[in-house]
Amino acid sequence: MDSHRINQLTHQRINQSRRDTDMKIVAIDKKDWEKGLDRLREAYRLIGPVKEDRYHYFRELPQGQAPDFDFFNTRISAKEIVYPQSEDLFEYTLDETKEDYHLLKEVEKDYSPKAVLGIRPCDAKAVELVKLNFDTDDYKDPYWLRAWEATTFVGLACDSPCSTCFCTTAGCGPYHEEGLDVLLADDGDRYVAKVLTEKGENFMKAAGWTEGAEAEARFESGKSAAEEKIVSTVSTEKLRSADTLALHGNEEMWEDISFSCINCGTCTFVCPTCWCFDIQDEVHGKQGRRMRNWDSCMFPIFTVHTTGHNPRGTKLQRVRQRFMHKLKYFVDKYDAGIMCVGCGRCVQQCPVNIDIRRVCDLMDRYGATDACAVEG
Amino acid sequence: MVNYSDKIREISKRLLKDCKVDMIIGFRKGSVPMMNEPHFARTAEDVDELVWDSNCGINLANYLTDRKEKIGVAAKGCDSRNIVTHILENKIKREQLTIIGVPCKGMIDKRKIAGLVEGEVLEVTEDEEQINVKSSGGKKSFKKTEVLQENCAVCIHRNPVVYDEMVAEPVPEQTDVDRYEDVRKIEEMDPEQRWAYFDDLFKECIRCYACRNACPLCYCPTCFVDEAKPQWVGKSQDPIDIRTFHFLRAYHCAGRCTDCGACQRACPVGINMRMLTKKLEKDCKDLYNWEAGLTLDSRPPLDFYRPDDPEDFIK
Repeated sequence: MDSHRINQLTHQRINQSRRDTDMKIVAIDKKDWEKGLDRLREAYRLIGPVKEDRYHYFRELPQGQAPDFDFFNTRISAKEIVYPQSEDLFEYTLDETKEDYHLLKEVEKDYSPKAVLGIRPCDAKAVELVKLNFDTDDYKDPYWLRAWEATTFVGLACDSPCSTCFCTTAGCGPYHEEGLDVLLADDGDRYVAKVLTEKGENFMKAAGWTEGAEAEARFESGKSAAEEKIVSTVSTEKLRSADTLALHGNEEMWEDISFSCINCGTCTFVCPTCWCFDIQDEVHGKQGRRMRNWDSCMFPIFTVHTTGHNPRGTKLQRVRQRFMHKLKYFVDKYDAGIMCVGCGRCVQQCPVNIDIRRVCDLMDRYGATDACAVEG
Repeated sequence: MVNYSDKIREISKRLLKDCKVDMIIGFRKGSVPMMNEPHFARTAEDVDELVWDSNCGINLANYLTDRKEKIGVAAKGCDSRNIVTHILENKIKREQLTIIGVPCKGMIDKRKIAGLVEGEVLEVTEDEEQINVKSSGGKKSFKKTEVLQENCAVCIHRNPVVYDEMVAEPVPEQTDVDRYEDVRKIEEMDPEQRWAYFDDLFKECIRCYACRNACPLCYCPTCFVDEAKPQWVGKSQDPIDIRTFHFLRAYHCAGRCTDCGACQRACPVGINMRMLTKKLEKDCKDLYNWEAGLTLDSRPPLDFYRPDDPEDFIK
């Protein structure tokens, strides 16, 4: 797919997202759920939350398996659906007797339509944030964009958020629609589905779910009830005005924040908005492949130069980078809020309990004192 | 446990005031249930944040590596054994340390507790031997012994082996535990079963390296998995590379691992990689009658040759 085509698709998609005037609500009787899934399988690969041992993960749903909607959120975010942790890009041969010796050939991948069922609104919004990186005026990442274009995002509204969820103050919410094609809400013996885009419409048609419903009130009341259950917040108002260098240079604050960090990749790998990757060549015998793997700014090797010099050689520098990127540089560069949707995964899973809510508040407070100092 | 916190603060304040140490390393109360955060204190004010309860499962020896300051460090049994190992391996000097010994009756298993209650765990408190859990589905209480981390349940060195001050009288050591029941089960498997077991064990690994980084033994400036010139291990999610990482890391811990459980505790997806290190621990016990970190007077068996080392494996 050339970049022009991708551009077109992107614009089309944005237009689709804005078609909220003729938005429809459809009722899905739970008795028809599995039948609908079977019909969908004829046109889509279905992906949804599945419980494995302890935690839920997004997995492909084979015939006969329905997504398990009895979950708070998946252990790993939904970003892997369009952006797998390891992805082959090219393959090549080092065998000089072969005609295509040394030629990079694109690896064939399955970009047939797929639908993710039960993605939480936070994860869907996160996909939109990640898109800011993979779809720019200068660069279009063809692998990410093709996978994204092939995917229909069918969200599940979050009626029982966790104590660590802080989406409502992170530019998102339990019924947030950004990035979704359909938003489902559980309504007793049925689901009600808000169809948000043309992609969503096609999905609903393929499932045979077309019975309209007057359920706007269910969404409105559900939204406010769910939002009231969000007990956790972050303050972000002063981040934009904070002086970047002063914030960056506040060693005492960063030492306090980073002391416990063990520089593992948990926070970045479970984060739905972390997008960094590393390109690797691997050769087995004469056969090689070039792939990309998630990378983490927490790893020392992330920034090591070929000279051996590491400009971010200490953990204080690395921890600072992660939070400055999410909560300051991103805010300044994109004017789209913080690079965080408040899913709380890093809060729950950090092995040493570094809590982004606390860090965000410290940074925001610092922004406030900084502003006062300027005014004074 | 409340008095442990008070006593740690009292000792810490005295050590800082008398300039015996530049900093104290301990824990502060976590922001989510069953988690405390490793923390340092340089002033009396900082010291007030220090706590000790059944959620101090991260090994603080990990925070001593190559530090230059004079440090007061709170150390439960396993921490103290890893401090011994650190001293033997020249990662810190004994003279730099004032070890505040904490007799330990074990840390609680956050995953086990989450699995025993309805809904999300919202608050966990403890009094003496009882753990009280408030979750979104109601309230439940457990005997602490029922919800210990697996490594703590079979721990036989709960008291610090090296210390300068103790926060309390030593606790009785467990003598009636079978440390290696789980290892023997794996030893008894045939190779196919064992292969399947380890395949399954690591299937959720995301290579975040939390296990390695939470481990006080893993202090190499560049880990073999990060080595790039030449590269030793592939970096993708290929199961062969994932297993290579776990197996090789475990071997590097042979004769040094104290089964502190920090690796398993740190893992975001709950992998019990201790099944590798415990096997090696058992072998060291069987072959060399060695338990890591009990004494500063002899070196670990795999970095020292003794004429009477067993050599039955030479055929």
